[in-house]
Formats: sequence, C-alpha cells, structure tokens
Amino acid sequence: MDFLNAIVALANYVLIPGLAYGSQLALGALGVTLIYGILRFSNFAHGDTMAFGAMVTILVTWWFQSLGISIAPLPTALLAIPFGILATAALLLATDRVVYRFYRRVKAKPVVLVMASLGVMFIMNGIVRFVIGPDDQRFADGARFIIKARDFKAWTGLSEGLALRTSQVITIVTAVVVVAVLFWFLNRTRTGKSMRAFSDNEDLALLSGINPERVVMYTWLIVAALVTVAGVLYGLDKSFKPFTYFQLLLPIFASAIVGGLGNPLGAIAGGFVIAFSEVTVTYAWKKVLTYLLPADWAPDGLVQLLSTDYKFAVSFAILVVVLLIKPTGLFKGQAV
Amino acid sequence: MSVNWKNVSLFAIVAGLLVLVGVIQSANVALALLNIGLISAIMALGVNLQWGYAGLFNVGIMGFVALGGLATVLTSMPPVVEAWQAGGARVIAALLLGAGVIAAAVQAFKRLAGRVRTLAMLAILVGGFFAYRWLLDPAVAAIEAVSPASTGYLGGAGLPILIAWPVGALFAAGAAWAIGKTALGLRSDYLAIATLGIAEIIIAVLKNEDWLARGVKNVVGLPRPWPVPKEIDLQNSPSFVSRAEGWGLDPVTASSITVKLAYAGLFAAVLLVLIWMAERALNSPWGRMMRAIRDNEEAAEAMGKDVTGRHLQVFVIGAAICGLAGAMLTTLDGQFTPGTYQPLRFTFLIWVMVIVGGSGNNWGAVLGAFVIWFFWVEVEPIGNWLMGWLTAGMADDNPVKLHLLDSVAHMRLLTMGVILLLVLRFSPRGLIPEK
Repeated sequence: MDFLNAIVALANYVLIPGLAYGSQLALGALGVTLIYGILRFSNFAHGDTMAFGAMVTILVTWWFQSLGISIAPLPTALLAIPFGILATAALLLATDRVVYRFYRRVKAKPVVLVMASLGVMFIMNGIVRFVIGPDDQRFADGARFIIKARDFKAWTGLSEGLALRTSQVITIVTAVVVVAVLFWFLNRTRTGKSMRAFSDNEDLALLSGINPERVVMYTWLIVAALVTVAGVLYGLDKSFKPFTYFQLLLPIFASAIVGGLGNPLGAIAGGFVIAFSEVTVTYAWKKVLTYLLPADWAPDGLVQLLSTDYKFAVSFAILVVVLLIKPTGLFKGQAV
Repeated sequence: MSVNWKNVSLFAIVAGLLVLVGVIQSANVALALLNIGLISAIMALGVNLQWGYAGLFNVGIMGFVALGGLATVLTSMPPVVEAWQAGGARVIAALLLGAGVIAAAVQAFKRLAGRVRTLAMLAILVGGFFAYRWLLDPAVAAIEAVSPASTGYLGGAGLPILIAWPVGALFAAGAAWAIGKTALGLRSDYLAIATLGIAEIIIAVLKNEDWLARGVKNVVGLPRPWPVPKEIDLQNSPSFVSRAEGWGLDPVTASSITVKLAYAGLFAAVLLVLIWMAERALNSPWGRMMRAIRDNEEAAEAMGKDVTGRHLQVFVIGAAICGLAGAMLTTLDGQFTPGTYQPLRFTFLIWVMVIVGGSGNNWGAVLGAFVIWFFWVEVEPIGNWLMGWLTAGMADDNPVKLHLLDSVAHMRLLTMGVILLLVLRFSPRGLIPEK
C-alpha cells in the first residue's frame, strides 16, 4: 500500500507536471531549433514572441467569453488559438521583412542577427506590456480537473491523492498532435523536404532550385504556430505574465542545445530532459521517501535538493555540462 | 593628433543637454544624471572591449554588475561577530568542500576514461553535493537566526569601500573566466546563451542566499567612500552653512550638490584612467592583434595566434570592468538591493549604448552611454507629456486614456528597441565610428 502511495505521489508531483512542462519546453525548443536550422541564428526574441502569441489569444478569449461563446468543459482559449497564430505569423513575417531580411542579403555574421533579435525582443516586450500590462492574467476557464485528488482517494482507497488538471492533459495531447503534424510536414511534404534540404546544405539546396525566401517564410509560419501554442499552453498550465516568458528563454535554449541545435527530434528530447531534471531536483522528496523507507528511517528535512528559486540553475548546469562534453548535443545538431 | 571637431561637438551637445536639465529641472537632477552616466560609460567601455575589440557577445552584463555590488557589501560592511561564531567556520568549510568537489570532478574527467569516468564523476558530484548541503544548511540556519531584522548575515570585512571596487572587478573576472572556459571556442551564439544563464543564476543566488548579503531584505547603510562627505555632516557644519548662504543656496540643496559633485569627481577620475588604458591597449600590438582576430579568425590563427586564449583574456578584462562599475554603482546608491537588477536595465541598455555610440571606439562607447542614459531618464517625462497631450480630448475616466497613461512606462522598452534596430541597420558604425 505504501509503495502504491509512493508511486501516486511521484506521479502527482513529478511525472505529470514534468510531462506537461516538458511538452511546453519541447514546443518552444522546436521553434528555436527550426529558426537556427534555417536562418542560422539563435533567436533571443523567442520568449517574447511566445508572450505575444499568448497575449493575442488571451484577448480573443476574453472577447469570446464576453460573447458567451464557449466549448466547455474545454477552455475557450483553444478556440482562440488560431487567431493568436494568425496575428503572430503576421508579426513574425513583418519582422523578417523589416529586420532580418536585410542581414540575410548582406550575409551578416550570425552574431549580428542575434543582436538584431535582441532589439526585436525589446520591441515585442514593449508591445506586450503596452497592450496587456506587466501583471499576471488569468484566462483559463472550463473544467479545472479531470480527476480530483479527493475523488481519486475515495475511488482507490489510497491515502495519497492524484489530481489531473485539464490543462495538463490538454498540454500533453496538443503537444503530441502538433509534433506529429510537424514531423509529417517535414518528412512527407515537398515544402518540408525543401526546408530540411536547406537546413542540411544551403548551397546544394540553392543549386537544386529551392527558393530560399519561400523556405524562410514557411519557417516563420511554422514557428508562429509552435510559439503561440507553446505560449498558450504554458499560460493555461501556470499563468500568463510577460516576464516569466522572457525567463523561459534559458530553459528553451538549454533544451534546444542539449538535443542538438537544428535537430527537431533533439529539441523534443531536450525539452523533456530539462523539464524532468528541473522538476526532480526542485521537488521535496520527503513524502515519497516516507512511504518507501522504514518508519525510523524517515527523513527529517524536506529532502529538496535545490529550492525552486534555483530551477533555472538546473537547466543552466545541464547546458554547461553539454557544452563541455558534447557541444553538438545528444542528437548531433549542426552547430559546434 | 588633430582635434576631431565633430566628436568634440557631440560631447559638447551632451554637456549642453545636461546643463539644460540643470536649468529646467534642477542641478541635483542633472548631477544625478551625470553620475549614473559616468558609471554607465564605464560599463560601456567594458562591453566595448568585448564586442568592439573582439566581437564577443556578452548578454550577462547584469550578472557581472551585480557581483560588483556584492563586493561592496562583503568588503565594507562591518562583520557580524555573532553570526561568524554561529556558523562562519562551517560555511567556509562548506564552500571549500564545494570547490574541492568540483576540482575533483574535473580531475576525474581529465584522468579517467570510458564508463569508469562517468561513474566516478557521478559519485563525486552526487556525494559531494549531499556532503556540501549537510555542512552548509545548519550553518545557514544559525546565521540567519542572528537578529534577522537587522543582520542575519555574515557581514563584510569592514574595510574602506574604495577597496571594494577592485574586489568587485575580481569577482566579475572570476565568473567570466568560468563562463569563458566553457563557452568560448564554440559558436558565438553559445557565449551569448551561457552569459544570459549565468546572469540569471547570479541574481537568483543574491536574492536567495540570505546569509551572504541578506537577499531581498537588502543591505542598507553602506559606508561612504573616502573623499565624499555625508550630507548631514555638511548641514551641521557652520562654515559650510555660511558658505552655502553666501552662494544663495539653502544648506540642504547645497550639501546634496556637494556630495554629488564629489562622487562625480571620483567616477570621472576612474573613467579617465580606464579610457587612457583602453586607448593605449587599442593602439598597441595587442590591440591590433585583437582586431585582426576579430576581422579574420582563420588568418589570425594561421599566424600562430591563440584565438580562444585571447578571447578568454579580453572577455575576462571586459567583465572585470563591468564588475568595477557595478561596485561603484552600489557605492553611489549606498545600498545593495538584488531585486533591482533587471536585465533590460543592466544588460540591454548597455548594449544600446555601445551600439549607438560606436562599437570599437572607446570615446564612442562613452558618448553613447551619456546619450542613451539621458534619453532613458528623460523619455518618461517626455512620454508622459506626449500622452497627456494625445489624450487631452478624452474624458478623465475614459478607460483608453487611463490605459495609455498607465502604459507610458513601457514606451521606454519600445523606444530602446527601435533605436537599437535603427542604428544597427542604418548606421552600424555608430555616432563615433572606429578609426
């Protein structure tokens, strides 16, 4: 019985949150990795683009809510996501036209593009704060739980409850669908194949008649979708605050680099590696250990390896180790 | 050397703007602008060394600045004897153990191979981590329990605060060395990402490790540096009061102006020394080598230059200058407040200064620092005035008007981003280009 309780506690506090967070990071890292593969720079504006997509979605959600449109028990935000994607796509294409295209033409060093993305980050951050303000916004509605902790206890007779929030399930399901569609697109369609060709060898791709501007446009469109979905899912699961999206930049970069920059499969793996390390290291293991160990071995403290304030240190430490030992990442990305 | 009148007039314009602020707002405001401008100029010099000389992209300036701030606390505050007795020795032991564990892991990585290496490193790191926490945690609890409202930390060394400035530079240099060792020699993007990360972590440590510098409870009442008097002493000195009245100023304003002027003299001296050193370095064989590496790494490597080694060197020096500036800033504030370190203010603003001023040119970086700092401070009143004018026709309770007035503060980010992009695109060499 204690063993079962330990498993349930582990699932409740580590497995499910880790899966949800990992899916969000994976979606974010996919965007970073695609931009890196095709446009060949690390996009520092990524976190704030997520915030922008989520913001538009939130505004549309509020509008739907005021009209009384809903798809209860699912959150209304799911209905608003397409509008968020459209707005983000428009913004990204406009940024590319105004900012990045010039540097591509003059074949600027990647670091100049990175710096330009820093400027874009500033502007997007300003827009988001200007429109919706710097504070926390709540926009989740519909059923909060699929399984409630109390129901679970009554149902199984265990003393440990398992709570499954709607947002967590939606996150995982959506991430699986989005990733499946993305890989189908990259591997099966003509445009997807040309994107991969361009990413693998730019010169050969140009030689075989692939239009680079078209490839770049599709990349931004896909990134807009990924970024908006990731931003909305994160907002549903936790809450929407512009500054936290900026802070997500570090774990997202870490995920992309751990998996190997430019490698989509690696980005997904990296997202889960980072998420689970973060959750396990900052989780207080007292409960699980108390169930598993004999009574007189039970720990006194919380058995928390690091306080949650240091969760970014975890992704950073992993990043440093990967850079030191295997800079191309677990799945052999393109960059050294 | 011929005088470059364009550059001189650019500096004259900045000086004129400051005088204008002095006349319109007040001398105090103008001097406060000048003081932070001087410190920003030092930070910009450090970043210019990294970017302008070597093309290294450091996105963690905030972290190095904060380390400088930490140095002021650790150097100048009086030691808390009770806290040292409660857990000082144990904390030192824990820190030494932590360093030893990392050194052992590095040795294991270098000397062993294959699966043995992985297992040995895991064992060292995991075991070391638990031993470290076992040593550190009780000591931290004991230290933080010593009158938590006023101290609750170890305190500093009780030395004059001027000593903290080079110490701050050393702290920042140490952190930069560790980061440079990891990320230099790889793609340029990786250094940017690694510095972004280290800055976040330094701030997290400063906010949460209360035993070190009281975390978000802040350390207030840092001592004044040597030549700078205290306002209250001046106001109580009859000779000063009579002199102030001779100038037709009330003693309170006069004292605060005097203090700010003393700081300005101190900062200007540091800035001038640094500019002189940076100019000498730029025009020496070393400076030419750095630029040669920046412009063509392969060619420089073919000539036998150690590119990664030189990069590490210049990265550490640049970070040290940022640390020095951070210590000066905290000295000026008279308090250490980890909560105020914002990446937008301390990293990206400095970048805008360097890019706008002219990357690769020390005078350009200094000019950019003054110009951008001036706009950063003055955009808000101008924005307020603009929004007030725009919304003048609306009713006072109009939600759009209220929202617009609330959002003025965020206009700064937008303005800075637009300035950065415009300069990068249309005038990438900045106001005073590299020769």
